Amino acid sequence: MHVPVENRAALYYEVFYFTAWSVFSTDTDRGRFFASFKTGKEYTSTSPMTPPENWFNFQNYTRAFVEGNMLTGFMNTTFILIVSIVGATLLGSMIAFVLHRFNFRGSKALMGAFVLATLIPGVTTQVATFQIVNSLGLFNTRWAAIILYLGTDIIAVYIFLQFLDSISKSLDESAMIDGASYFTIYWKIILPLLKPAIVTVIIVKGVNVYNDFYTPFLYMPKTDLQVISTALFKFKGPYGSQWEVISAGIIIAIIPTVIAFLALQKHIYNGFAQGSVK
Amino acid sequence: MKFSNLPYKKQQLVIIAAFSLIPVALLITFAYVPVMNMIQYSFTNWNGFSKNKEYVGLENYKMIFTRPEYFKVFTVSLYYFAATFFQMGIALYFATILSFNVKFKNLFKGILFFPYLLNGVAIGFMFLIFFRPEGTLDTVMQAIGLGNIIQLWLGNPDIINISLAGTSVWRYMGFNFIIFLGAISSISGEVFEASEIDGANRWHQFIYIILPSIKRIIQLNLILAISGAISAFEIPYIMTGGSNGSETFVIQTVSIAFKYGKVGLGSAMAVVLLLIVIIVTLIQKSAFKEEE
Repeated sequence: MHVPVENRAALYYEVFYFTAWSVFSTDTDRGRFFASFKTGKEYTSTSPMTPPENWFNFQNYTRAFVEGNMLTGFMNTTFILIVSIVGATLLGSMIAFVLHRFNFRGSKALMGAFVLATLIPGVTTQVATFQIVNSLGLFNTRWAAIILYLGTDIIAVYIFLQFLDSISKSLDESAMIDGASYFTIYWKIILPLLKPAIVTVIIVKGVNVYNDFYTPFLYMPKTDLQVISTALFKFKGPYGSQWEVISAGIIIAIIPTVIAFLALQKHIYNGFAQGSVK
Repeated sequence: MKFSNLPYKKQQLVIIAAFSLIPVALLITFAYVPVMNMIQYSFTNWNGFSKNKEYVGLENYKMIFTRPEYFKVFTVSLYYFAATFFQMGIALYFATILSFNVKFKNLFKGILFFPYLLNGVAIGFMFLIFFRPEGTLDTVMQAIGLGNIIQLWLGNPDIINISLAGTSVWRYMGFNFIIFLGAISSISGEVFEASEIDGANRWHQFIYIILPSIKRIIQLNLILAISGAISAFEIPYIMTGGSNGSETFVIQTVSIAFKYGKVGLGSAMAVVLLLIVIIVTLIQKSAFKEEE
């Protein structure tokens, strides 16, 4: 690409700024990464910027993984993630199909109810939500988190509603001429065509669920129900000053995000851009 | 009789009922009932488990606005509020630069956005390590000769909220950045080419083309960020638990309701927060509509 001479200087400037920002970002990462391979003694005696003596010192990782319950955390997170995403996809696309395709009495009000709910920030209502979850007998079960992710985070409904605008109603009509039932239309025509929107839902929901700390912290305090976030948070107590073990825990928690990011970059950018425009 | 043999009118009714039942039940149970219950609790002195709730009228609300220890947490929100503008500024700056042709564009885009995807607890711990005495920040400052201004970043009550709000900026900036970048790249390239022929430099392009085109997106993000600032919770809770004067409104609400068993008072605080957030959002929505 040809760059006009007067803009060259500006270009170098930009590169400089970016490098500064990236160094700032990766500096913290590097220090943490080094720390995760250091022994306790080495950690306290060397600078954060000094590489570890032995790069194959995986002791901290084993400790974080085994003592820190991160394996349980991964299993619980995976279970909650899968059920929530499948649930949000099905329920979200169902209600979006009904709201988008049919004009019935109360459909406007129903739509309004879903819109209005987005105004309520989740953290504020926990005081009362807790009592409901508790009275349903869901406290300290994985279903507490799942049902809250399905019931309060309605971003999926939005994404599907938006996307349905681009699926022509004439498709439904021609299927009806062939005698397809509404259920067949939903299941065989709409749902497959919603695939790009489903990818967006998986990404946005997936990131939210994987990173959520508050819901599991409040509703699933039992040790064998820990998810990644809460398992990692527990490190704060017993490993209070053992930053090398905490560092290993951080790295373990971040690895799935790095992999997902590298694999799905394009989808992730688009997904968040779409999911944000309500 | 098979479902597909029903006339379409009847099918429609069945589908509407079947497809809305669960989503609507969930919506009511977990979005609307809690709000109504919360409003009801806020007029009582309920402790969260006993059978009887005593009606106390506006007592809880009076307490929030008259006792300084309850409303001083709002001053903490101001730090996050100020940080919001900073966050928007950096996001806009990077989005503008990356919308021009820059080398390693995708790499920078990734670096800037990636923190937004990270686990909040991991970020909290990362920055605990970053800010701790003789941690990464101190080491870097020493290396560049700024060792004499090193502080207890998370120990000094005058600085702690700046450190925490700074961490929030690092975490959330990428989101605004990616939205701004998307908005800027939807501006037609011809406009930029035409302006270059007229002799506009990048600053002119920013002021006269980019800024006016994405003004609404900036407004929207700003207002969303304001709500975010008022309900700041994760970063300070994970990093300091609200100690050293870093307690935010939400941390206080949670500890009053769950730790001290004052569900009535906690609910009143949550209602106040909810009202603020709703008002801010409504202002945004109406401002948005007018311009359309």
